[in-house]
Amino acid sequence: MTRAVIALAILVALGGIKLPIERDLAALHRQEHFRGVEFNLDLREKLGQLGFVAALSGFRAIVADALFIQAHVAWERTEWGRILLLFRHITTLQPRVLLFWDTAAWHMAWNASVAAMNDQTQRLALRVKAQREYFALGKDFLERGIKNNPDRPQLYEALARLYKEKYKDHQRASEFYAKAAPLPDAAKFDRRFSAYELSYCEGREREAYERLRGLYDEGEQERLPTLIARLKFLEDKLVVPQEQRIPDTGPIGR
Amino acid sequence: MTNDGNDLTLQRFNASTLAKPYRAFSLARIRAITFNTLTELTRLRVFYVLLVFALLLIGSSVFMAQFSFQQEFQILKDVSLGAISIFTSLLAIVATARLLPQDIEDRTIYTILAKPVPRFEYVLGKIAGVLLLLAISTLVMSAAFVAVLYLREQTVIQTTLKQMAGAPPDQVNDALKLIRLSAFNIDIFPGIIIIYLKACLLAALTLFVSTFATTNIFTIVVMAFIYFIGHLEATAREYWLQEHSSGLLTRIFLAIIALLFPDLQAFNLVDDIVAGTAISMAVFAKTALLGIFYTTIYTLLAAFIFYGREL
Repeated sequence: MTRAVIALAILVALGGIKLPIERDLAALHRQEHFRGVEFNLDLREKLGQLGFVAALSGFRAIVADALFIQAHVAWERTEWGRILLLFRHITTLQPRVLLFWDTAAWHMAWNASVAAMNDQTQRLALRVKAQREYFALGKDFLERGIKNNPDRPQLYEALARLYKEKYKDHQRASEFYAKAAPLPDAAKFDRRFSAYELSYCEGREREAYERLRGLYDEGEQERLPTLIARLKFLEDKLVVPQEQRIPDTGPIGR
Repeated sequence: MTNDGNDLTLQRFNASTLAKPYRAFSLARIRAITFNTLTELTRLRVFYVLLVFALLLIGSSVFMAQFSFQQEFQILKDVSLGAISIFTSLLAIVATARLLPQDIEDRTIYTILAKPVPRFEYVLGKIAGVLLLLAISTLVMSAAFVAVLYLREQTVIQTTLKQMAGAPPDQVNDALKLIRLSAFNIDIFPGIIIIYLKACLLAALTLFVSTFATTNIFTIVVMAFIYFIGHLEATAREYWLQEHSSGLLTRIFLAIIALLFPDLQAFNLVDDIVAGTAISMAVFAKTALLGIFYTTIYTLLAAFIFYGREL
């Protein structure tokens, strides 16, 4: 009995020592993007009791995967509302998995929006409205994904694609490709795509021309057919003097 | 002549006894108990768990083939590492919980402690046996996981190469790079070590609980509660340390949880590692040290309680 009391006292004393250590470690974990999930009543309501307990016990990745498989089945059945709900849970559980944010946005902005537009049971105005709402849901997933993963380029690229293909907003598309470009592991095409998108923006042709010309001057590897085509288009539009223009074939100095 | 011979034998016996005096602490004795514990646990066929793991791994790998390769690799890694975590934690609790009660029931403990074996060495040998078992299990499961992941990666690479037969080398290289990035991440290994350390902590804590428990069922039930509370400890700690307007009783309750239980959430890094978060040396070292600290403390406390226990 005495030993048990002494052991308890030692545990409490060591508890006092370990508290600041654990607190510092938790802060370090959060700083380096670990333990990003808040376990609260909101999550409990979303996941249900069993899922919440599993997630709390260190198996949130498995719970998220199980929900992802359910979302895949819902997609095969074209249950868009269920897909939306499931992906909200999935991304809450695994905010650092880019694949989940990207897939959620793709389902909403590409699949559900097209399905809404093809729904012949609705009037055109309602279909267009539904389509716009799904675009917005896709955009919302990507924006929240970026907030959770500001250091990784993939979701910036996905958002740029969404602005380009769904909203036809080339300025925003250019902006997000440009944001992706300086990040680690960014695709080589990000800078190029940013300049391409800018070349479609009314009033920003000069800026786009400078950037495309800069890329062209970097060497052969950047002189791709689209880049040359956009550069030639801008040369004509900006009435660039003949001697400053790029040749029809082969590289030239500036 | 006979007497002479007997004298000689006695002299020789005395000489050997004098050459090996009794030592208060002996690594050889601990090693003997460790390997004996490991053999005992192996005879219980605990390694059948590994077979279940292999089936789960191969089964999920075949099932996931209908997804894109990124989705497949993501789920394969999550399921495999989650299974490693579940199995090692279960193994740590169940294998350790039966050690002392079983030895008392079989009366093996009396045979060992009747010899000049200090109780501390007995406890240390027992826990080392379990830690060795956990290390072997973790290694085998990790090897199986890496092998399946590598095989799936190679299959996807071969398929991609066939599909992109006529594509420019740059595009092929980009595609292969993407596959390799999705499949394998070197940070998974520190993540697995952290899973192992969490299992070690649970084993030491189970041993501590079993020193005052009378049955292994009691120990397992208590450990199940501790497992869940340990995962809530961080929440309780933050709530207690922050100035919330909760009542005195609530604050006392939170303080007990925060002070007495280990923060098990600190060891759940692998989910974020699979998601692509890089584990720095500082995070790894500090988390590993915390795991070693807990394991040492609980083992010492187990030995302390065990010294006072009447057998």
